[in-house]
Amino acid sequence: MLQLDNVSKTFRSGTISVHALRDVTLTLDGPGFTMISGPSGSGKTTLLNLIGTLDRPSQGTIRIDGKDVGTMPDRALTRFRADHIGFIFQSFNLMPVLSAYENVEYALLQTGMPAHERRRRTNELIEAVGLASHAAHRPNQLSGGQRQRVAIARALVKRPLLVLADEPTANLDSANGRAIVELMRDMQRRFDTAFIFSTHDPMLLGHADRVLTTLDGKVTPAAAGMELVHDA
Amino acid sequence: MMLDLSLAWRNVLRNRRRTLITLMTVAMGATALLLLGALMSYIVLEFQTSAVRRTGHLAVFKKGYFDYGAGNPAAYGIGDYDAVLATIRSAPGIQPYLLVATPTQIISGVAGNFQAGTSKTFFGQGIVPADRLRMREWNEHRISGLEVNAPPLSRANGVAVGSGLGRILQLCDPRQAAGCAPRAAVQRAAAPVDAEAADLIQLRQREVGAAPAAAQDRQAIELLSASATGAPNVVSAVVERLDTHGSKDLDDNLVVMPLPIAQQLAYGRGAPRVTALNLQLKRTEDIPAVRAALRQLIQSNGLDLEVRDFVELNAMYGQIQAFFSFLFGFIALVIVVIVVFTIMNTMGMSVMERVGEIGTARALGVQRSSVRNLFVLEGGLQGVLGATLGVLLTMLLVALVNAANLHWSPPTSAGEIPFKLYLFGSLPLMAGVWFALTCVAALASLFPAHRASRMMIVDALRHV
Repeated sequence: MLQLDNVSKTFRSGTISVHALRDVTLTLDGPGFTMISGPSGSGKTTLLNLIGTLDRPSQGTIRIDGKDVGTMPDRALTRFRADHIGFIFQSFNLMPVLSAYENVEYALLQTGMPAHERRRRTNELIEAVGLASHAAHRPNQLSGGQRQRVAIARALVKRPLLVLADEPTANLDSANGRAIVELMRDMQRRFDTAFIFSTHDPMLLGHADRVLTTLDGKVTPAAAGMELVHDA
Repeated sequence: MMLDLSLAWRNVLRNRRRTLITLMTVAMGATALLLLGALMSYIVLEFQTSAVRRTGHLAVFKKGYFDYGAGNPAAYGIGDYDAVLATIRSAPGIQPYLLVATPTQIISGVAGNFQAGTSKTFFGQGIVPADRLRMREWNEHRISGLEVNAPPLSRANGVAVGSGLGRILQLCDPRQAAGCAPRAAVQRAAAPVDAEAADLIQLRQREVGAAPAAAQDRQAIELLSASATGAPNVVSAVVERLDTHGSKDLDDNLVVMPLPIAQQLAYGRGAPRVTALNLQLKRTEDIPAVRAALRQLIQSNGLDLEVRDFVELNAMYGQIQAFFSFLFGFIALVIVVIVVFTIMNTMGMSVMERVGEIGTARALGVQRSSVRNLFVLEGGLQGVLGATLGVLLTMLLVALVNAANLHWSPPTSAGEIPFKLYLFGSLPLMAGVWFALTCVAALASLFPAHRASRMMIVDALRHV
């Protein structure tokens, strides 16, 4: 489902080059709950951005569902993202002018789904994350935990191949953070999708099927299920 | 589309103070343009009404008169004009549109007050008073304050003299400079300034056995003109009134007289002709149709005539229109620049405030074009709201001004007329300003919208 071959990412600022990822090769087959752990600046976010097609690798290839997303033109890549990849952000990133319901539905508007199916799925996800009574609320009327629930619903509503969460609990207190990870875990099982999320929090490692660690732009294996080839 | 519109509307309402300032800028621009347009419309239509009342919509001349005939109008007379008029009046392509068709003779010569010993060159217009009275009732655009108040010429030899000419000929009391009403004849020693003209006038009086003009019950003048062959013709006329035309040139020179007097001056005992056949139509918009029909009629009858419209006959009308068009264009340009910069600033700030949202939207699969379209829609929406507000504000101001009973003296009028703003007759202007400002607002959003659509997603997300 996901295959990275010798992927590197280098950022340049003037004459300075920063190697955010170095020659990463990994394969992820099927659904599961994958955690990426590592210190700040180790390359977690860069790895998620590349897998999420938000950025392109400086070197190497990334295949999702057999498609080389690194060479896709922008329009096709955007459509691919709309159909197959869900995102959960650290700061929730909800649209402030939309209600909770509309934020979830917003993800489906890009897929061209018929309105009745859109409504059915949106209601289903809003209920699944326990926010049916808050569906009409705007983000500023919701707590941090509730906002992240909306974001989880938004990420899952299109039944994506991959859900990528970049430090989804960083802006939450520990209780809410655990609750959100439990919810994500629950949703992953319910919708049988592949979750990849990054975190600093070692307390959350126990929830993962697989764990990857990043350090200085390199990714090291941690658990069974993830076939990782590093510095091959 | 409705969802985009809904999203755009909510985004527009996010920063209400900034949106209000933007809307007010667009609204003020629309109001300024519409008020100027309403004022221009009123002035142009008032001028058009005055011109059409004076000359009609179209005039038929002997070919060449318009370019060469002013120096010798008698040489460009239309012969058998009654038959030509009858043909015009009954032509199927003209008759339904026609209100008045009347002959006019233009002459020039010397006017003298023999008793006062004064004389001055004049130019004259021979008219059919009843027709002219009907022409002066024309008011297609319902301009108020232009009601006909001067009586028509009632005597066969009655003339209306310009107030300035009357003053020069001592036909009025110089102490009444403004109105310059006719007064009793000035009795003083004759001291003709033009001895030859005086001789001719005396000869004419002896020829017709007329009593000296000054002995009549009203003030009288003698008019001298030359025929096409150079033969002098003299006519004694009674001054029925002194007219103020709002133009010193006309006031100092114009003598309006019944057509037979002008024909007598221009052609003497020869067959009477006329300089022009003036046609006044029911509606100004029918000019092209009637002009085409006239051309066809002239061609099919083998007549040596040409047709001119009131814009050609009244050069100042075209100049006023051109001046106002330039003024309107210049002010419109200034307003467009202001609106462009305001919208660009507003949308630029909106983009900067929503960098994170733009990144999120792109991550969720929103295409670059959709991001761009959303910002353009927001700019356009502010244009629509601002322009609509401007139209409503203008309507209110126009209603207030028109109800205030203000008066002014337009360039073509001798007296004051009500000051009005002509907005409701200018629907194309309203629609045009509304549409133009909406488009300008949308176009001004293009640059910030394009910038938003080109953002790198990861960079945009980092702004959160």
